[in-house]
Amino acid sequence: MNWAWILIAIVFWLSTWGINQRLAVLNIKNPNLQRGVDILIPMLFGAALLMLWEGVCRGFSVPTVLLPPPSMIWARITSSVDILWADFQQTYLKAVVAGFIMGCGSGFVAAIIVDRVPFLRKGLLPVGNLVAALPIVGIAPIMVMWFGFDWPSKAAVVVVMTFFPMLVNTVAGLAASGQIERDLMHTYASNYWQTLFKLRLPAAMPFIFNALKINSTLALIGAIVAEFFGTPIVGMGFRISTEVGRMNVDMVWAEIFVAALAGSLSYGALALLERAITFWHPSYRSK
Amino acid sequence: MTEREGIAAFIHDRFIPIGTVVLAIILLWYAFTVVLNAPFERDQAARAGTEISTPELISNTMSQKRPVLPAPHQVGVEIWKTTVEKKITSKRSLIYHGWVTLSSTMLGFALGTGLGILLAVGIVHSRVLDKSLMPWIITSQTIPILAIAPMVIVVLNAIGISGLLPKAIISMYLSFFPVAVGMVKGLRSPEVMHLDLMHTYNASRSQVFWKLRWPASVPFLFTSMKVAVAISLVGAIVGELPTGASAGLGARLLTGSYYGQTIQIWSALISAAVLAAILVMIIDLIGRSVTRRMGVVS
Repeated sequence: MNWAWILIAIVFWLSTWGINQRLAVLNIKNPNLQRGVDILIPMLFGAALLMLWEGVCRGFSVPTVLLPPPSMIWARITSSVDILWADFQQTYLKAVVAGFIMGCGSGFVAAIIVDRVPFLRKGLLPVGNLVAALPIVGIAPIMVMWFGFDWPSKAAVVVVMTFFPMLVNTVAGLAASGQIERDLMHTYASNYWQTLFKLRLPAAMPFIFNALKINSTLALIGAIVAEFFGTPIVGMGFRISTEVGRMNVDMVWAEIFVAALAGSLSYGALALLERAITFWHPSYRSK
Repeated sequence: MTEREGIAAFIHDRFIPIGTVVLAIILLWYAFTVVLNAPFERDQAARAGTEISTPELISNTMSQKRPVLPAPHQVGVEIWKTTVEKKITSKRSLIYHGWVTLSSTMLGFALGTGLGILLAVGIVHSRVLDKSLMPWIITSQTIPILAIAPMVIVVLNAIGISGLLPKAIISMYLSFFPVAVGMVKGLRSPEVMHLDLMHTYNASRSQVFWKLRWPASVPFLFTSMKVAVAISLVGAIVGELPTGASAGLGARLLTGSYYGQTIQIWSALISAAVLAAILVMIIDLIGRSVTRRMGVVS
């Protein structure tokens, strides 16, 4: 038991909490400064969490097999960059990206077809809604059996996982444009495709980006879980399952860190892209 | 299009289109069964040195022991055998495995919903919590949580916690997010006018909460609970993968994939799907009756 560490962690926690309390009620007129403060507050909170983690691990001498302190995880990350990079390449750059593009693309095309045919919309949409709620990761063993151990089987899981959220959201988005706007397009004598590209797709963009954001997390989960069922000796899921077996928990946390970073970055990139494309949307227009 | 009413509307707008799509899926499934299983049969025939006729080939592809893709009726027979004909206590009964998965799903779902509501209440009432916690709640979901599942299970096993709780923790982690986000939206949904009215009544914060915010958030709660229950089932299934594949639908998936028992995999998968659909439907029904009794227009 090392009380100094616990004390430091608690003091750090309380002081950041106090600072946040002050910052949160500040009324800042300058929008840039306000944005900086809005980023600073969660940063401080995160730092306090890390400090608390470190303090608890060191203070109570928690066995590193159970929960390694953040400093140890960081040491492992910096010392095994090459392994992490190889795993990242195998899982993310090959399986996730390929599956994500194919799944979202086919979901999008299917949504446009479904939207065109009312019969399909009535029939396929309830089924799609149901499937979107199903535990689709369960098909992972089947895909591994069909497409082999390498990344195509993981990409296949990702395709199936990302297809239905994209389908359901895009169909909902295509119905989002108002009747008045559609009537206006009608008075312009625009045909189906012109209405689609100039009115309905732009109006559907917030929904499509919503699906893309959901899918960016789903895709990573799908690829990693599919690797639990069989994989070549590289990949994030493979590394996690084998290093857990060898009780190298710091390596597992290093992989989780990479996964979290990849997940957050792709989510952030999509959010930025959304802001650029749907600049007209009320929630992004500058006030 | 003319408006139809009652049963005619149900038949024309629900039954016929959905039925057609389901039928098409089943037909496609049969077609793929023949295509995917045929190479094995041709191979067998070639080795035996016999010619195989097309009808024979097709009927053979439907009744393989370890097909690449089992035919729907094979899966149906397997499910029938492992649910109705087996005793519930038997280790081969799907009902037994389904129950194992369902119990950890429900525990995780309850914990996750509770945590989500608590977080939402905290976020709505405290500016500091709102600003410091909300970004991290969103970040927590960009982390592929399921990837940590095996580690959580193994580590908790190492310190002597095993059985229901570790799986329930994974379900909880997955399901708290939709509830927290939905409830924050719901608790903030009362309009300024209503809040002002409460203010003129000199209502305290807790009165505003119990008489206005909480009732207003109920429809949001049920919508997010539908997402949460489906996601906790996924969490429970994935949580079962590394436990040495002892019990549960996830364990059935894993043992099936180890021994190439494709029929077993598919029957576990279909029962998981049915379970998810039933759970979502139950929440939907409860939500509908509650909102109707509360007089909320849905």
